[in-house]
This record gives sequence, C-alpha cells and structure tokens, in this order.
Amino acid sequence: MSFPWANEYTPTHPFMQWLDAKLPLPRFVYNAVGAGYPVPRNLNYFWNFGVLAGFCLVIQIVTGVILAMHYAANSDIAFASVEHIMRDVNWGWMMRYAHANGASAFFVVVYIHIFRGFFYGSYKAPREMIWLLGVVIFLLMMATAFMGYVLPWGQMSFWGAQVITGLFSAIPIVGNALHTWLLGGFAPDNAALNRFFSLHFLLPFVIVGLVILHIWALHIPGSSNPTGVEVKSESDTVPFHPYYTAKDGFGLGVFLVLYCALVFFFPNYLGHPDNYIPANPMQTPAHIVPEWYFWPFYAILRAFTQNFLFIPAKLMGVLAMFSAILMWFFLPWLDRSPVRSARYRPMYKWFLWVLVVDVVVLGYCGGSPAEEPFVMISQIAAIYYFLHFLVILPIVSSLERPEPLPFSITESVLGRDEQAALGVPA
Amino acid sequence: MIRIFAILAGLFFAAGLAWSFLLGASSYISEPPAKTAVEEYHQHPKELQLASDGAFGRFDNEQLQRGFQVYKEVCSNCHSLRYLAFRDLKDLGYNDDEVKAIAAQWSTKQPTFDPKTGDKGERPNVPADHFPLVYYAGQGTPPDLSLITKARHGGPAYVYSLLTGYQDQPAELLKRFPDAKVPEGLHYNPYFASLAIAMPPPLTADGQVSYGDGTKATRDQMAKDVAAFLVWTAEPSLEKRRQLGWAVLGFLIFATVLTYMAYQNVWAGKKGNH
Repeated sequence: MSFPWANEYTPTHPFMQWLDAKLPLPRFVYNAVGAGYPVPRNLNYFWNFGVLAGFCLVIQIVTGVILAMHYAANSDIAFASVEHIMRDVNWGWMMRYAHANGASAFFVVVYIHIFRGFFYGSYKAPREMIWLLGVVIFLLMMATAFMGYVLPWGQMSFWGAQVITGLFSAIPIVGNALHTWLLGGFAPDNAALNRFFSLHFLLPFVIVGLVILHIWALHIPGSSNPTGVEVKSESDTVPFHPYYTAKDGFGLGVFLVLYCALVFFFPNYLGHPDNYIPANPMQTPAHIVPEWYFWPFYAILRAFTQNFLFIPAKLMGVLAMFSAILMWFFLPWLDRSPVRSARYRPMYKWFLWVLVVDVVVLGYCGGSPAEEPFVMISQIAAIYYFLHFLVILPIVSSLERPEPLPFSITESVLGRDEQAALGVPA
Repeated sequence: MIRIFAILAGLFFAAGLAWSFLLGASSYISEPPAKTAVEEYHQHPKELQLASDGAFGRFDNEQLQRGFQVYKEVCSNCHSLRYLAFRDLKDLGYNDDEVKAIAAQWSTKQPTFDPKTGDKGERPNVPADHFPLVYYAGQGTPPDLSLITKARHGGPAYVYSLLTGYQDQPAELLKRFPDAKVPEGLHYNPYFASLAIAMPPPLTADGQVSYGDGTKATRDQMAKDVAAFLVWTAEPSLEKRRQLGWAVLGFLIFATVLTYMAYQNVWAGKKGNH
C-alpha cells in the first residue's frame, strides 16, 4: 500500500542509485519495513507479535539446518544421533534446545498473534486475504511441528506418529489404504521417519513463501490498529522506520530474554520425559500426549467418545479436530459486525474472553489422561468452542449494538480537544 | 447462506459432543470408575536435594565419583550406559591415566569381528570407546541408564526413591485389591509405575561398596550418589549450559534496556500507544 503521503525512496549514494536503477531491492525494503511504510500511530504491544513470529521462523530454520547436518534420519540410529548432537557436537546441545524450545516459542507468539486477530477483528475486510494466508501458515506450522517431534524417534515421537497418522484410517472406505500409503508401511517405521524428515525440512521454506505473501497482502490495505478505524489522514500514521523498528527492537529484546531463560534453564520443562526413551513399538506409553501446543485440538479429538448418527466416534473426532481450525477460513464472513475492534463490541468481547478460558481448559484436558472428569469437561468446553465460532459469532454480530467509535486514530490518541488545538483536520 | 451452513455445522458438532457427554456422564454416575491399586498406592518421588539443583547448581565431583563407583560395582552388572564414553569421565575429575585404567579394567569388553576370518572376539576398552552394551538374560529388560533421569518424571528423585523404596506389599493393599498381588519374581515398590518391578533390590546392605573418600556407604548415601551421577550422565553439559545462560541473560537484559531507551527516545514528543 502506498498512502499518498508515504515517503519516496530517494537514494543519495551513487552506488545505491546505481543499484536502485538495476534492481530496486532497497526501494522494496524501504517501502515494506522502512520509512516508506506509514503505519497507524496507535499500535499497542499486540502488534509486536507478527515480527516476533517471523523471527521465530528464522531461529527455527537456522538451528534446524545446523541440526540436519548432524542428525541421521534412520530409525536404527536417529535416537543415538540426537544424543550425539547433545554430547559430541560442539554447541549441539544449544542448537537442539534452541530448536525444540523455539517451536514452543513460535507457537506462543503465533497464538498471541492469532488472538490479536480475534480481538481487533483483523480478519475483516479489507484484510481477509491476510487472514486466510495466516490460517494456511498456521496449518503448515502444525504439520511441521508434528513431523519434527517424530524425528528424535523417542517413545512419544513414535506413539504420537502412530496416533496422528492413525487418524487417516478413520476416513471411510479409503482410510486404511491411505494410511498405509502415507506411512510407507502399516506402522511408523524407517520409511515414515525418512519422509517426515524430508517434509520437515521442506515445509519451513514453504512457510517462508507464505509469510512473504502474508506480508505482501498486509501492505495492500496497510496495518489495522486497536481502534479498528481506518487510516484517514497523514496525522494518523507514523513511518514504520524508525517508530516501529524501535518498538519491535524492544519487543524482540523482551522475547529473547524469556526465550533464552527457557532454553538455558528449563529446556526440558515443556517436553515429555518419555521422549528420552528410545522408540519401542512393543511397549505403549501409559499416556500418549502431544506437545502442549496441540493439547486443545487433541482434547477435541478425544471428546467424541460415542458414535453419532451412524458416524463412528473416531471419524467424528477427526472431523471435529480438523474443522476446529479449518472453520477459521470462514471467519471473515461469519462475523458480520462492521466494527472491527472488540473494544467497541460489548457482547462479542465477553464471548471472546470466554473462548480464551475455554481453550485453556481444553488444553488442560488435552494434556491430561483420557479419564474422567477430564473427558466430560473437554466435551463441554468443545461444545462452546464450536458454538462460539459457528453459532454465537454470526448471531451476536447482528444483535449487538456497538459503542461509538472514535472519529479517527488521531482523535483516539490525542483526544478531541488537543487535536483541535493542534489544528489537525478532523 | 454461509452463516446458515455454519450454524447447522456448529449445532451438528455440539449435538455429537452432547451425546457423548450424556452417555459418558450417565455411565459415570451409574458405574463410577473404581479406584485401582496403582491410583491408591503409587507414590510420588521423595524429596532429594543435589548440588546440581537450581539455576546456580554445580556438580559435586566427589559425589559423582562415588556415584560412578556404585554404578560400576552394582548397576553395571545389568544396566548399560551406551551414550557415555570412557573419555567423558574426565569431567568427573579423573586424569587421562585414570580414565585409561578404568577403561582397560572394565569387566565387559568391546566385541570385535575379524572380517578376514569371520572370528568374533573381544578386546579391552579404551577411553574413546562408549561403555559396552550389557546383555541380560533374566526376567525384565534393564533400561540403559544414560538418560534415565531425563526419562522419568521426578528425575534423580525418582531414581533415589526407587532404589530406597523396596518394601513388603502392604497387607491392606492385598486385602483391598487381591488381584494386585505382586507376581512371582517381581518386587513391590510404590515408586514404580505399576508397583511391581522386575529389578531385585540392588542396594541390599550398608557398606555394599567401600568409598575411597571415607564417606559412609549407607544405602541411602549410595542411592543419592548414584542418582547424582545419573544426572550428570543424562546431560554432561548441564553446568556449562547454565553458566552460559547467565552470560546470555545478562547481555540480553542489558541490550533490552538499551532498546527500551532507544524506543522511548524515538517516540519522544510523539503521542501514540507507548
């Protein structure tokens, strides 16, 4: 997007003039994340998390490429090769802990980024495409994280792969054939491990491509903001650089402090002890649980314990688990409220906070053994999850009377009087 | 139109969940799940404090050497330590000659294979070798111990509790759960997940090993020492990781303060949301 008042890139150094004439890469960067990109002046810290997510992706790719130099994707030696990285490779332990916890950090950041989207209505027109690309990125992240967790070939790796790939066998008629074809066998083994490694290496670069599209699509309408009111004049915006590069720099510092505290002091806190036991197809762990970031969806999968209308419980669970995310694709058209920001939506705001609590409850149940009362709690919580997106959202947006919006971003920041005193056109 | 489909889909999933909930709840009420012996009698690991605990923890090399001695004289009869090499023992304060001697005198030898004759044989260990695998013919499968403190909830406290937790099966347990009687050849241990462990009590008497440093080798002491040793085997880089961590955090906090000041400086005089 180029607002009429966006700064024009004017190289002064002869080399930059020459480069700009041959390949306008500096101009591209300047307009994307430089002084040539006007951004609303009122962004709060929730707007830091897009940059942080991008940074996490870089951490994962850099550490991952290094780990791949030492890892052996063979079911006989994969586990030992990870221990080789931990013990014998110089700084290998740091690379592995940075990568394993980098995945968790990535999901923390992305969940906050998604919440930002829910709260401030970032998915609404004219930003639907950014949202759709974001959902695709999130799905690919989940696939990548799942396959990455299989690679150390510990007990949870193996049995997690067994459970998740087993979901495909719930598909009627073709399920079993599809399952065998995807795994390259009847159960996870060397063939599955090799293709997971190959895809785990490939998908992050697909994600990079989609992130570029995500940012490109963002630059068409420009960033949203906490009021949800569109930019109207130059006084509503500040140039991305230096204002938001400075703010993102600080956000990155805070993120790195927390992330490094995790990597250096609690690197196994988020992992499961069973994954330090080599995979053993003959011995099922007492409780098979995925990594924490899958817990809410795992709870939804397991919440369906009874066949329903001739649909087997397992198939219902699989449908529901995939629908739980796929339905986000329809969000821009399910929420018909013209007001973006939940600040001015008295009813939606409360339903959204209930959803946040609901997802935490689902996550807790998903990480607990499949026993009562966790199953019953997760059933209630899953009902709310689906009703929130598919029933409440469409209905609330027609019932609710939004509160009055500020006339402009400038007004919301400066207040009506100060704005008038400065002579800024209202 | 899309909203009508959405509402129908939402009601479909909600109905499926409600159906599962109703049937599950009614069977939960009509037949509440009975407590099992494991739920009633399984115990969480006992409290254990080691020098390596906490963000400033350091290994106590004397304790690690004692733990290594317990491993060598007791555990290594059945349990391997495959991810460790003899050279790694230098971390515990042994010098090159001592490591060489430990490797050479290790009772299990390294298997060899002569590709010219097809003969299988064995040779003494050298410092570059990993600890040799141990083959065990009896009941149960003794796990490799390299990672055991990372592979169990509770870590070293679990190892310590298990080693000191052997006892007779409580009469009350047998009365309430007659089916839970420990099978022949297994041993009751409330810290073990299934309460019945194949491993016979390994530390049977005080003074089972004689420590060179004069520490009294009580069963409790031996269990603590070997637990401490197994923290080291699970992650020899533990100390280095934390030391580096403090340097990294120190730098990052300093850098973050600078970025905060830069941020405030850039925005000074500009009203926004900062």
